[in-house]
Amino acid sequence: MSRKAWSQVGQQLFFIGPATFFFTLIVVIPFLLGMYYSFTDWNGVSGTVAWVGLDNFTQIFAKDSDFFPAFWFTTKFTIVGVVLTNLLGFGLAYVLTKPLKLRNALRTIFFMPNVIGGLLLGFIWQFIFVKGFSAIGDATGIGFFNLPWLGDEITAFWGIIIVFVWQTAGYLMVIYIAAMTNVPKDVMEAAEIDGATRGQVLRHVIVPLIMPAVTVCLFLAISWSFKMFDLNLSLTKGGPFKSTESVALNIYLEAFQNNRYGLGTAKAFLFFIIVAVITLIQVRITKSKEVEV
Amino acid sequence: MESGKKYGGRTFVTEVVMIIVGLVFLVPFYFLLVNSVKSFGDLLSNAANWPAAFEWSNYQRAWEITKFPQAFSNSFIITAASILLIALLSAMAAYRMVRHNSRFNKALFMIFVAAMVIPFQSIMIPLVKVTGMIHLTDSIGGLIICYLGFGAPLSIFLFHGFVKSVPVEIEEAAVVDGCSPYAVFWRVVFPLLKPMFVTVVILNSLWIWNDYLLPSLVLQSAEHRTIPLATYAFFGQYTKQWDLALPALVLGIAPIVAFFLAMQKYIIEGITAGSVKG
Repeated sequence: MSRKAWSQVGQQLFFIGPATFFFTLIVVIPFLLGMYYSFTDWNGVSGTVAWVGLDNFTQIFAKDSDFFPAFWFTTKFTIVGVVLTNLLGFGLAYVLTKPLKLRNALRTIFFMPNVIGGLLLGFIWQFIFVKGFSAIGDATGIGFFNLPWLGDEITAFWGIIIVFVWQTAGYLMVIYIAAMTNVPKDVMEAAEIDGATRGQVLRHVIVPLIMPAVTVCLFLAISWSFKMFDLNLSLTKGGPFKSTESVALNIYLEAFQNNRYGLGTAKAFLFFIIVAVITLIQVRITKSKEVEV
Repeated sequence: MESGKKYGGRTFVTEVVMIIVGLVFLVPFYFLLVNSVKSFGDLLSNAANWPAAFEWSNYQRAWEITKFPQAFSNSFIITAASILLIALLSAMAAYRMVRHNSRFNKALFMIFVAAMVIPFQSIMIPLVKVTGMIHLTDSIGGLIICYLGFGAPLSIFLFHGFVKSVPVEIEEAAVVDGCSPYAVFWRVVFPLLKPMFVTVVILNSLWIWNDYLLPSLVLQSAEHRTIPLATYAFFGQYTKQWDLALPALVLGIAPIVAFFLAMQKYIIEGITAGSVKG
């Protein structure tokens, strides 16, 4: 090879080599290994790993009783969580682009929960639900606060939803604010001169023009809620009676608590496929609705 | 859309409503702070009241039991080293991929982008085996290496978009002046990437500082624990001991909240820049 070709090889290795090396080691190899292990009876401890074909998958679909409840819980949680956090984030952004005096302070407040990690937030809210809510209930007599928060299936579900929305709405608000700030003023004014009401401006001018932000926010919210783990672990640990166990938590417990690594990797592989399909569908649908200015 | 209209009665009502909503948002922090300085009995009798007496010793005990300085310095070292290395290595890789857009590099870039879809839980089980085999387990350096792998895709994606907008003429001029390809990157390109460097560092720092799952799988010994790991271990031991748990939580969130309030402008900009393309 010529000197020039060698120089290209050197540059390729120097610039791309390190990132690709760590990425391959930490992401690609485990990902491929996981696909292999999902067809085995690996238990994480013993040296021998036997090929079991589709056994793990048939067990998930036929016998294993906790994957589908976890999947169903995650789906319900994702639908409710994504809708609510986007509505709140959008609403906050809509109001906080108006010329309020305390606009910046309010934006800070709504965003702040987001910088705190899900694990610590879950523990904080455990206290709020158990002690704080009952104190509010005693003081005000409102029945809502005296429910057995986190104690039964329904309050545990809504408990996680409340914390999830409280944590994530501010992040989406930031993205929606950036998009709304970029909606051209003359378009808004033209709509107002034509006699459009506030609702009509919102629905027919603002929403279509910020569709790219809607794509991003839906994408983020789906990905957060579908992969939720930290909040789930610290708030309910999947309880009561596994009723609030997310798929991510289910996979974790299957491998590291039940020591069924093979079964865990099979679930993890299915989880990956579901996430990939949702992502593709969702990006395609929202991209087709975008409007060029 | 940000309108500069006059401040009318309607806006005033909106403002008042939003202040109330904002206060409701802050209620959890009120409960957390107020109860963290109560004695256990005071806390149990009524969680909403102002403390009867301030028990600052709660904080002293929580500080000692969680070994807070140790956890803080672990979190700090891991986050700082990871974010700087991720940003540097990703910038280098993205630069080369844009400027030398060969078929191989195109395919490689596609693989990085596609990997962003993979949920962490899909690889964590075999990852534990891989980290065990190459002795990355229970070492802070090993954990940093893991973050380099997981952080690369999004960071490369963000830098890739940014490098494309950097005019290539500047680099060509530098080459004519006798700069080596490495010097071109260091002296010419890297300084121009600064805005995206800040974005990548911010996005990764919030993620890594708060991450629980990966450190919990890689680190084992107590002296390596990060703040989330120390908090989790503490909760396992002192369940329902709220007079210790709450001050521990306040200590745990204080650094990141302080970081946010100090760096708010950059964080908001970083999120906006990072999401527009994400």
